Amino acid sequence: MTDSGLVVARWTPTSVTFTVAGVGLLLALSFLPTVASPATLDRMTTLFIYVILAATWNALAGYGGLVSIGQQAFFGLGAYVTIRLSNAGVNVYTAVVVAPLIVALFSLPLSLPMLRLKTSEFAVGMWVVAELIHLLVNLDPLIQGETGISLIALNAYTVDQRNALTFWIALAAVAAVLAILFVLLRSATGAGLQAIRDNEEAANSVGVRVVTVKRIVFVFAAAGAAIAGSLWLATAISFQPKTYFSAQWTSYMIFMVLVGGLGTFEGAIIGAVIFYAIEAAFGSMGVWYMIGLGAVALLFSLFLPSGLYGIFGARTGVQLLPVGYWLRDTKSEPAVGQGKAAEA
Amino acid sequence: MIWVEQIFQGILLGGYYALIACGLSFMFSVMGLVNLAHGSFAMLAAFGFWALAEYAGLPPTIGWTAVFPAMALLGVALQRLVLDRSARSGFLIPVLATFGLSICIDNLLFQQFGADTRSLAPFIGDLSYDSWELADGVFVGKLAVYIFLAAVGLLGGLQLFLSRTQLGRAIRATAIDRDTVGLLGIDANWINICATAIAMVTVSIAGAALGMRATFDPYAGTPQLIFAFEAAVIGGTGSLWGTLLGGLTLGIAQSVGAQISPQGFLIAGHATFLVVLVARTSLDRIADVWRIFSFVRTKAS
Repeated sequence: MTDSGLVVARWTPTSVTFTVAGVGLLLALSFLPTVASPATLDRMTTLFIYVILAATWNALAGYGGLVSIGQQAFFGLGAYVTIRLSNAGVNVYTAVVVAPLIVALFSLPLSLPMLRLKTSEFAVGMWVVAELIHLLVNLDPLIQGETGISLIALNAYTVDQRNALTFWIALAAVAAVLAILFVLLRSATGAGLQAIRDNEEAANSVGVRVVTVKRIVFVFAAAGAAIAGSLWLATAISFQPKTYFSAQWTSYMIFMVLVGGLGTFEGAIIGAVIFYAIEAAFGSMGVWYMIGLGAVALLFSLFLPSGLYGIFGARTGVQLLPVGYWLRDTKSEPAVGQGKAAEA
Repeated sequence: MIWVEQIFQGILLGGYYALIACGLSFMFSVMGLVNLAHGSFAMLAAFGFWALAEYAGLPPTIGWTAVFPAMALLGVALQRLVLDRSARSGFLIPVLATFGLSICIDNLLFQQFGADTRSLAPFIGDLSYDSWELADGVFVGKLAVYIFLAAVGLLGGLQLFLSRTQLGRAIRATAIDRDTVGLLGIDANWINICATAIAMVTVSIAGAALGMRATFDPYAGTPQLIFAFEAAVIGGTGSLWGTLLGGLTLGIAQSVGAQISPQGFLIAGHATFLVVLVARTSLDRIADVWRIFSFVRTKAS
């Protein structure tokens, strides 16, 4: 402790409560298939997929400063590799889990040229990559171009089994993605990542290994989008390249993260829940729904770039999960909130 | 002979890509941002031309007098309401804001005009199919040649404008250092508004070109953005003559790819873009290593 009475703290009573509650919620959810209806499980799986998409895109853009409009490349590849593995005789649920790992391996060499691009060049460059991968997947005779193919191997399971298994894998994936992100953000890599976002040259000059740190988050985001894709295939069953390689997925990710709070761990999760509710309420409106999504994304980026959680955090000084550092005044409680993570 | 013809067609197609890339490259060089709604604005202009011709009986030859000023005004609004405001909140926000804007424009166009593909070809008389016979059996469409000449003229004109006129010099100065030009009495906001308005007029020209030479629909903006971006990056973003070269490279790659296989058209274009990108970044790296090497050698001697 220094003379000023200020200490740097990581855990606050609020964040302890919310971390314990969050872990407890995930554990409790794992028993859901014993009580809930298949339709409920299916809806929960969709929500989990949105949380994965939002959390990993937020890691890439919000923490890493790498806005990609091409994450549908990995979403589609996750589904495509699942189809290919299943076709090769791998158990269908093993394929759902293994496919994202293969896609993550693939994203590693891809990161070499892409990460040399700056901001908007990276954004559209990734979009081109997604278009190219889409066209190449269409060439595969198994997929039959835009006609697509179904994950027929799922027929070996009953509907109830399918819903429960997909739900568990989705739950495990959400838990894994959030846990990895949590640990990553609290590590030196996480601090380096945010330093790069704020000023790449300065981060480089103080010894942050810029390319390595960016590569870690790039591969992580690719794996996240890929497991979202393979899970989506497990719930939707049919694979049509056009649907999976659509930039719409990225617009969903942008919407969730912008509304929830760009660059905040909790914001992305909140954004996913909000998006899920909006889709349930207005998704049937078709074109006007898309116009609304675009308009909300535009308005948030102009007027509320820190999102709902960012506003909440700035107003109340409360941080629900301990991914940053807090400056705490031991002489005059309560704690002084510090919205953003301090440089570690 | 078929290859020569394909390359020739590719060059003419490249003229269109240079045209659509012109505004994107211009805005990037002036404001350092890629407007992701670029393709959507081109579609908006194309639908503007189409609606004037269809409902008011004004062909594109007259319609431009309404579309160009309207798009320029839209550019003023875009700069004032979106780009200027979002650029102040960091480099991520303009990308996200213009992406949101493009979703709005695409879907509003769909809401208004439906999914039908349209074309401006019926409103320009013989021009859409007239051609010259260059050699025995080798034809070249007049429209394609005019579009190519328009691209060269527009890019050349912009280059001259930037290097020879007072406003052009002010735009270049603002691009380099926004704060310092303020000290010299130049209103950076006004300069950026002018630049965006100019870019939007070039976007309208590109929209008209697309509408006359092919068909378009409300969601055709996305591929146009990608083609424009590829042409601009292949040529080296920010350089207007480079953009022309980039457009030609893309057009030739697509034409040659189409000759190889039906899907080859797009694949060859995207692949060429990525190859150029990788080659350029590797060359940068080699140059870096070479600089360090020569530095160490000078120190050692």
